[in-house]
Parts: sequence; C-alpha cells; structure tokens
Amino acid sequence: MKENLRTLLGAGWLGWQMEANWTDPFLFMIYSVAKPVSAALILVFMYIVILGGVATESTAFAYIFLGNAFFIYVGQVLFGVTWVIHEDREHFQTLKLIYISPISFYYYIIGRAGSKILIATVAVVVTLLFGIFILGIPVDAFTMDWALLVLCLTVGMACLVSIGIALAGITFMTAKHSGGINEGIAGLFYVFCGVVFPITQLPAWGQSLGYAIPVTYWLEAMRKALLPAQQLEGTGLHGIENFWLVALLAVSALFFYFLSILIFRLGDYLARRAGKIDMTTAY
Amino acid sequence: MKEYLLLNLRALKGRAYPRVVGGTRELSWIFFDTILPLLTVAAYVFVYQYLGSLAQGPQKEYIGQFVGYVILGGAMTAYWMNVLWSMAAQFYWEKEIGNLQLYMIAPMSRMAVLGGMAVGGMFYTTVRAVSTIVIGVLIFGVTFSLGPPIYLILVFLLTLIALYGMGMLFASLYMLYGREAWHTSSLLTEPIYLVSGFYFPVKYMGAIVAVSASIIPITLGLDALRQLMFTETAGIHGFLPVEVELVALAVLSVLFLFLARHSLRFMENLGRKTGRLTMRWQ
Repeated sequence: MKENLRTLLGAGWLGWQMEANWTDPFLFMIYSVAKPVSAALILVFMYIVILGGVATESTAFAYIFLGNAFFIYVGQVLFGVTWVIHEDREHFQTLKLIYISPISFYYYIIGRAGSKILIATVAVVVTLLFGIFILGIPVDAFTMDWALLVLCLTVGMACLVSIGIALAGITFMTAKHSGGINEGIAGLFYVFCGVVFPITQLPAWGQSLGYAIPVTYWLEAMRKALLPAQQLEGTGLHGIENFWLVALLAVSALFFYFLSILIFRLGDYLARRAGKIDMTTAY
Repeated sequence: MKEYLLLNLRALKGRAYPRVVGGTRELSWIFFDTILPLLTVAAYVFVYQYLGSLAQGPQKEYIGQFVGYVILGGAMTAYWMNVLWSMAAQFYWEKEIGNLQLYMIAPMSRMAVLGGMAVGGMFYTTVRAVSTIVIGVLIFGVTFSLGPPIYLILVFLLTLIALYGMGMLFASLYMLYGREAWHTSSLLTEPIYLVSGFYFPVKYMGAIVAVSASIIPITLGLDALRQLMFTETAGIHGFLPVEVELVALAVLSVLFLFLARHSLRFMENLGRKTGRLTMRWQ
C-alpha cells in the first residue's frame, strides 16, 4: 500500500513536470485557461447570436455553460490517461523502463491522471468563475449543495479515470490511432450526454444511448449541486432525485472500475505477447 | 538553374507523395478524420436547433443557415488542424525522429520540402473536409444557395494558399521548439475557432476582433465561402464584401510565402549556431 502511494505521488509529480515545466508558470496558466474559456465563449457567442444575450432564457444558458465547463474534465482525463501510454511508449520511449521498475503500472497511470485532473480543475474553476462573475450565472456559495458537489465530483472522477484506464488498455494494442479513439469517445460523450443541449433534442436512439452513459448523470448532478433552485425542465433527467443520480453514478463507477482492470490487464497481456510494449509507430 | 528547379520539383513531389498515398493507406484514420469533426459539428448543430426552439426573433428563421455555417466551419477545422499539426509542428516531429538533419544535408531547398508538405496536406485534408460536408449535409439536410462558381473556386484556392503559406511560416518558427511545439499548436485551436468564427459568423465578434482575426486566412476565407454558399443571408451575416476578402486573401498569400522563405533561412541559421537542429526530447 505504501509502495503504491509512493508510485501515485511520484507519477503525479512526473506528470505535472511534463505538463508544466516547458514554460514559466504565468504562461502555463494562460495556456491552461485560454483553451477552455475560448471553448465556452464559442457557445456564449452562438447563444448571443441567436437569442440576443445571455440573460434571455437564463436557465437554458446556465444549463449549457455549466455542462460545457464540467466537460473539460471528460476531455482532459480521457485523453490524458490514454495519451500516457502513447507518449511514454513512443515519444519518450520510457514505457519499457517503467515496466521493469518495481512499481505497479496501474497506479503509475492513475498518478499521471492525477496531474491531468489538477490542470483540468484549474481550467474548470476559472471557467466557472468567468461564468459567475462575467456572465452572471447565479451560482451562490450559500445555497449550492456542497455535499452533492463533493460526492459527485469524487465519484465522477473515479468513473472518468476508470474509463480512461480502460481506453489505455486498448491503447496498448493500437498505434497512432489512440488519439482518434480518445477524441472519438469524448466526442460521442459531447453529443450524447446532454453536455450543451438537453438530450431530448436527440432522436430516440440517441437519447437511449445518452441514458446508458454515466457522464449524462454526472453532468446533471453537477448542475443540480451548483444551481439546486434553478433547473431546466424538459432535459429528460429533470425528475430524477439526487439520491438516484448518486446511486447510478456510484454503480457505474464501480462497473467501470472492474471493467478497466479487466481491459487494462488484457491489453497489457496481449501487448506483451505481441511484443508491442516498446512499439514505435513514427508518431 | 533548370536542374535545380527540377531537383526542387522532385523534392516537392517526394514530400507530397507520402501524404497523398498515406492518406488512404490507413483506413481507420479516414474514419477518425471524417467522423471526429462531425461529432463536434453535430453537437453544435443540436445547440443551434435547441436555441432555435427558444428563439422568438428574426434569427429563428435562419437556423437552417446557421446549421450550414457550422458544417462548413467544422469542415474547415480539418484544414486548420492540418496546418497546425502537419505543417507548423512537422519540423518538430521530423527533428524528434531524426529526419530534419537529413533534410538539412540534402541538396534541395527547404521551401520545396515545405511546399510538398503543403500540397500533400491540402489533398489529404480536402478529401476529409469534403466528406465531412457531404455527410453533414446529408444528415442535417442543409440546402445551399450558391453564388458565382468562379468566386467560390478563387476564394477556396486563395484561402488554402494563404493558409498553407502561414503553415510554412509557422513550420520555420517551430523548428527550434521542444515540447512548446505541442502546446503551442494545442493552444491555437479553440481560441482560433472563437476569433475566426468557425461556428458562427465572425461579424458578431465585433469589427475590431474580426479585423484582427483576419490575419488568419481562414477567417476571411470562411466568411467569404459562407456568403457564396448561402447567398440569401450574405448581406445579413457577412463581414466584408466578397471582393474585398478576395483581395485580402491574395495579399495574405503573397505575404505569408515571402515571410516563410525568409523566416526559414533565419531560423535555420539560428538553429545551426545554437546547435538545436538535432536536439531531441526537450
């Protein structure tokens, strides 16, 4: 246990250095914030172009903005976790060295994911502050549901990291396509999980798909935590109570945790057998 | 002179070849390159349709056009991504895998290599962009009202020349980068999508931002293409007259190619002096 904790911390520190030490902290902060705020502003301008301002139908605006803000975690964690395999194997060519060191590779990946979560958290917080103070989203620290926020954030992160590790297991076997797989999954989530529009806008089969993905419930729970008194109707999830949202999230997190171990170990075994652990495909 | 010209043409063809052939060699990439932009496009289409259901004003009747704008913008992201990752960052990749030094000792001009990358990239990306437009139009039922075809062709070609000229300029600037190359390209995605109006008409960013963003050729190119493909709303959503945008694109094309040539020479010399042309894993 102590060894695994040390691996977690060491990998987290390594990930942070790799992400951040290519420039000075100020430039890194701008870099970390410019992308998510720009992505949010694209939606803001789309909203303004059609509805004339963010004050019009403000509940709908808050729904879109908050969904987009928390989706930063999905993109960062899914892409980040799987990219570790590709980056270590092909770019820095250190994967084989980490393999032969006396640590758990599974915990190493989780540690690397930790640095991604940290960076994503900064981006999410800045985006939320921008939404609250500049765009007037009525999030109030005294009325928001802190318990639901902390609980769902924790369970949601566990679920996202588990999905990321499952994808990392697949990445063991793939060449350059891994980026495409990650982006594809994140893209599917963006369309089908009610991130920037209610899933009731989707055709029936799309809605069914959305209901099967835990990210849908996670985003709804996060919105409910931040704005408990201002919920958009007609989202397809409006009537679900907080308890069931958390329960659904917890069950899916547990499911993806076991699935991630299974896929990761299978990918690891097959990659070793096929001699792909130190594969380079001319990234 | 003739021999040198032929040598460079051969180099250009040789560098373009793997991009043209490689584009069809790995079929799964065609799937990812076509479908991935479509997912974002689909999300934004649903956003517009949702906002259209809430709207009361005149914009409500233009939702169909906005859907078309998004599909066109989504297809153009393929070119911007290609310029960032396969032009600007290419010399960084080449340095990392050890090809850059081979380019340096070969007898052709480095501009021929960049030209080959651009020509190959244009072909590779056009296949994907057209696929995105066709699939998007079929799924979301967009109808076009086209303007003069000669203008369409001219705008498209000048946009690509200016854009890839900018890519060649970036490639020389990126040549000495380490990990910054990766992060810089990553940084130039969403902020550029925003200021260049990839998913909404750039006019709505305001005149100052729109004029400033016009240094990126895709801003004016996309605005002109939208005006020429959706003539009914050109007067409402267009930023500048198409003729003005055509002239600006022609100026940008010449400017970027000129700057790329000089920048390449300067950065190469700088790299030789500081010994950074072969430095890996920075």
